[in-house]
Amino acid sequence: MATVTKNGAITRTKLAELQGLTLEQPVIRVEDVHKYYDLGENKVHALRGVSVEIAGGEFVAIMGASGSGKSTFMNLLGCLDKPSSGRYLLEGTDVSQLDKKALAAIRNRKLGFVFQGFNLLSRTTALENVELPTLYARLPKEERLQRAKESLQLVGLGDRMEHFPSQLSGGQQQRVAIARALVNRPSILLADEPTGNLDSRTSVEIMQIFQTLNEGGLTLVLVTHEPDIARFAKRTIVFRDGKIRRDEPVKDRPRAAEMLKTLPTVED
Amino acid sequence: MDLISILRIAMRALSRNKMRSALTMLGIIIGVGAVIAMVGVGQGASKQVQDQISAMGSNMLFVSSGTVNRGGLRLGWGQTKTLVYDDMKAIVQQAPAVKEAAPGSATTAQVVFGSDNWFTNVQGTEPQYFDIRSWPMQEGVSFTESDVTSAADVAVIGASVRQNLFGAEDPIGQTVRISKLPFKVVGVLSAKGQSAAMGQDQDDVIFVPITTLQKKLTGEPWLRYIVVSAVSKDATYAAQQEITGLLRDRHRIRQGQDDDFMVRNLADVAQLADQSSRVMTMLLASIAGVSLIVGGIGIMNIMLVSVTERTREIGVRMAIGATEEDVQRQFLIEAVVLSLMGGAAGILFGVGSSLIISKLLGWAVLVSPLAIVAAVIFSAGVGVFFGFYPARKAARLDPIEALRFE
Ligand SMILES: Nc1ncnc2c1ncn2[C@@H]1O[C@H](COP(=O)(O)OP(=O)(O)OP(=O)(O)O)[C@@H](O)[C@H]1O
Ligand SMILES: [Mg+2]
Repeated sequence: MATVTKNGAITRTKLAELQGLTLEQPVIRVEDVHKYYDLGENKVHALRGVSVEIAGGEFVAIMGASGSGKSTFMNLLGCLDKPSSGRYLLEGTDVSQLDKKALAAIRNRKLGFVFQGFNLLSRTTALENVELPTLYARLPKEERLQRAKESLQLVGLGDRMEHFPSQLSGGQQQRVAIARALVNRPSILLADEPTGNLDSRTSVEIMQIFQTLNEGGLTLVLVTHEPDIARFAKRTIVFRDGKIRRDEPVKDRPRAAEMLKTLPTVED
Repeated sequence: MDLISILRIAMRALSRNKMRSALTMLGIIIGVGAVIAMVGVGQGASKQVQDQISAMGSNMLFVSSGTVNRGGLRLGWGQTKTLVYDDMKAIVQQAPAVKEAAPGSATTAQVVFGSDNWFTNVQGTEPQYFDIRSWPMQEGVSFTESDVTSAADVAVIGASVRQNLFGAEDPIGQTVRISKLPFKVVGVLSAKGQSAAMGQDQDDVIFVPITTLQKKLTGEPWLRYIVVSAVSKDATYAAQQEITGLLRDRHRIRQGQDDDFMVRNLADVAQLADQSSRVMTMLLASIAGVSLIVGGIGIMNIMLVSVTERTREIGVRMAIGATEEDVQRQFLIEAVVLSLMGGAAGILFGVGSSLIISKLLGWAVLVSPLAIVAAVIFSAGVGVFFGFYPARKAARLDPIEALRFE
């Protein structure tokens, strides 16, 4: 696991190497995936033949018009759903062959999920929210607390552990959600419009965290509507009508940390 | 997920809607409380009966005249006229297992003292009757053998009769009129209370010498009953056999013919009473059990509401790695916690109302530990049974749809 220094920068301890992967091996491999939604009379063809490879340590932004199939694709990547046809290989394993229990274990340990609406449990402290995935991983109590604290410190919320979601700002809530997604030390973080409910400065703050995590070796896939946000990734994939229309590396990638210095604070 | 974490989550979920949880528990509280109280009342009653019966003397037997078959119609016990004074004498003299016996006949009559009058039960017997029934005098003395021989106009009155006719006055030596005949009160019996088997007031009675009753009040030369004491408790069965054989002989009842009398020992009566109180206990408990089931349905209802309300939470939990079993276990334990807490409160409620009932009825209400254990197991069972379907429903949710749920 990447460790943190005081100023929040992550020292590279080569997460990928620890997990026995070289950075270039694809952790995600999607082969000609289709997804239909059967709504009785009319069938919705949400994905129409998607093939893509994402290597370890990549930072991918998925863009596209509303209804183009981005969320559907993310749900497949997140093992919350199965493709109607085609294959999805996660670290070389064909996920569509696995049963529900195995999928739950993958979601718990290999993947981290961040949602647009934060989806924290109300009336549950930040620390307990972050601890939740470790409960399902059946870790011992001390380790659970230890990890949850580390994770919250990683997103800069070490001083907000006992706060309830209702006592936190949107940006802070999303950071708690990121800490929760990271607590079981996954190799892939999936985020469906993580900045969708946040103002532009807070969005950049979240992107800074993502960039830092990515530098620590974490593979990131995020969906966004905003080109400004997508620029922080290393690669953009554009969906249209259930197909990949464009797939290109990002040029002139800005550093979120630097941009934050130039952005005015909203307070005044 | 470990049990402590699940319990913590369950407690938090339940405390989120305190009022609702409390109202849901109410069904279980009432159910468990009612079961405990009702079983307690039933067992208390049964113990009461047993105590009274053993107080009567456990070696007592009761011979009563039998039924008559008249044109195929079976009339009640005590109808035949074949039981006579000499039967009593024969029982004492010829049945080795018998220690004592006393004859009995009865009528009802208006009893007058001064301006007060009272309609009561007048029994004719001999002095040993009070020994056999271990029924001592409170005041005065019993009538004597010579009173019996001379058919004297003397009476021993029960506690209730004394209460009703004399109030605070001293009855000894006073004269009462039974069916207009004057009788001198020589003794007052100690209070016996309600009879265990029949529930009548045993103290609402006047005893006179059997001869006086037969000659001056009823004119019936036959007996209604004979009370007998066996030489020991273990001899009651032998005594019963001997008496039956003896009376069949004396009454010339041929083989295959029904007895014209009936011999019961107190063990039989005790068993009968016990049986009836057990039936009553079962009845009360099963009525109470119904409310436990109604309480369970309440839990199921609330758990279903809770699952719907927390669909999004369930989606989140599944997205971060909860398995179906994890979700199911969580909701099941929530239901069980709900019902067990209801059960615990119900035990308090049941014990409390047992104490109150016991005060009101004036008899001991036994709170049996067994009923409490059963209540705990049953309420946990109710939680599992009625929590299962909602928990299953939660576990079967599709994570994507659950996450999208508004
Ligand atoms: N559960 C579902 N049942 C039926 N149709 C669905 C379901 N989920 C998605 N769809 C359909 O699939 C298509 C793709 O939806 P998806 O949610 O993936 O779009 P999206 O790219 O995420 O859009 P947005 O940017 O608005 O979030 C849409 O036409 C949508 O109506
Ligand atoms: Mg979407």
